[in-house]
Amino acid sequence: MSDTAYVQLLNLTAGAVLLCAVLVLWRRELAVIIRLFAAQGVALAALIAVLAWHEGSPELAVLAAGVAVLRAGVLPAVLRRALGTAREGTEPVREVRPVVNVAASLLAAALLTLLAFAVSRPIVELAPSPATQAVPIGMAVVLIGFFVLVTRRRAVSHLVGFLLMDNGITAVGFLTTAGIGLIVEVGVALDVLLALLVLQVLTGRMREAFGNTDLDELRELHD
Amino acid sequence: MTDSTTLGLVGGLLQAVVIVAGAPLLVGLMRQVRARMEGRVGAGIRQPWRDLRKQFRKEPITPRGTSEVFRAAPVAMVAITLVVAAIAPFVTAASPLPGVADLFVVVALLATGTVAIALAGIDTGTAFGGMGASRETTILALVEPTALVAIFALSVRAGSTNLSAIVDSTLAEPSAVLSPAALLAAAALVLVIVAETGRLPVDNPATHLELTMVHEAMVLEYAGPDLALIELGSAMRSAVYLGLLANLFVPWGIATEAGVLALLVGVVAFVVKVGVLGAALAAAEVFLAKVRLFRVPELLAGSFLLALLAVTASYVLA
Repeated sequence: MSDTAYVQLLNLTAGAVLLCAVLVLWRRELAVIIRLFAAQGVALAALIAVLAWHEGSPELAVLAAGVAVLRAGVLPAVLRRALGTAREGTEPVREVRPVVNVAASLLAAALLTLLAFAVSRPIVELAPSPATQAVPIGMAVVLIGFFVLVTRRRAVSHLVGFLLMDNGITAVGFLTTAGIGLIVEVGVALDVLLALLVLQVLTGRMREAFGNTDLDELRELHD
Repeated sequence: MTDSTTLGLVGGLLQAVVIVAGAPLLVGLMRQVRARMEGRVGAGIRQPWRDLRKQFRKEPITPRGTSEVFRAAPVAMVAITLVVAAIAPFVTAASPLPGVADLFVVVALLATGTVAIALAGIDTGTAFGGMGASRETTILALVEPTALVAIFALSVRAGSTNLSAIVDSTLAEPSAVLSPAALLAAAALVLVIVAETGRLPVDNPATHLELTMVHEAMVLEYAGPDLALIELGSAMRSAVYLGLLANLFVPWGIATEAGVLALLVGVVAFVVKVGVLGAALAAAEVFLAKVRLFRVPELLAGSFLLALLAVTASYVLA
């Protein structure tokens, strides 16, 4: 693959990862948010595949396939199950009133992106290459994921926020080190999957106990 | 006289003529596409021209109590749009006034046209005129920064805010069209165009229900030749915006050297690009509903974010 094509594909996939994170902030319907998260998983897998192609490393290619299966297939399916049980109840399937309204959170996302570019400048300067130049995007996804985690009220949005952060961390990991070993990656992936399953069970329990998953209602202890 | 100035003068004149003659046809095309997709026969793409001819023949009439502002606004808007149509890169990359074909000048000129109509809406003193003007200026205030920032993202690569220079740099480096900066800027600019030309989901161009109108509410009091000028002006604005979008991101076919053949190719390419974009916009509208007025800022904040990301990406990922 020629160098310009590599740089362009890398930038394009990294841009798609960031765009999906921003759109998660924009949309309110939880089903759409989950679909966007799956799209981000595809973009992330494509990013890793581009890296694998450039490095000519079969290990990275395997990891790209693994990321695609986990982040575009399994995790969205688990989220959809959590949402599916929600739909049976009377709970609205939208993020009705986020703590920060949508227009303000979009502007906040713009600021967070600028912040990510500012703070990751030293990392980029350590070893300037097309891959490290895309590191700020991974950083921005981490920050936006954290923002979703802080400002949304539905449990499913919290899960998506947590997973966005994880996607961002994975992207930064691959862009800086071109893979941190198959075993470590698989371990991290299983960790995330386990955490998500636990959280999904927790969400289900919350709904059984309180009738909905609006986390603002959980201010005091009940017996 | 150098080659470039000749091209600029001839091309500028040519593209002004093409836009004035073609803009109503563009509106007709968009209505026709919509009609066909909604299962209606439609009035044909020449209907806007027939309407204009009918309106121009009528006796000029203005409501009692309106001032010169009301009478001057349609002429001002058409004149300003005509200037943009002549100087911006549509048929040819050269410009008759190279210093004026600047990103900031063009965006400001287009905004001035909107302001003229908004002032006329207030001048009538009716409730709907004022309401439409207030809504239009709200949208304008949100849209202008996005338009500036989105086109600015492209000018980073060209190293100049001159629109012709931006087009030239894209022609010189075709692969840049697929960079994240260009794609994000294109998405932001599409939203800007939808808001500025009063299309769904921001404004419904076909509505006659007073409470939901934005653009139509401002021009409610116009009749006869003045109304025809307004209609022609807004059609030209649509054509100018779509032409800018087309040539900033897909400039191929634009005339870069003087010659009958090059200019002819330029005209055909411009007409085809704007026609395709207009038809795509109209087709997308069939599937959209108008958003509530209070959710429009959300849409425009989103497009501003896209534009800002485009600028950041063009600096960092370049």
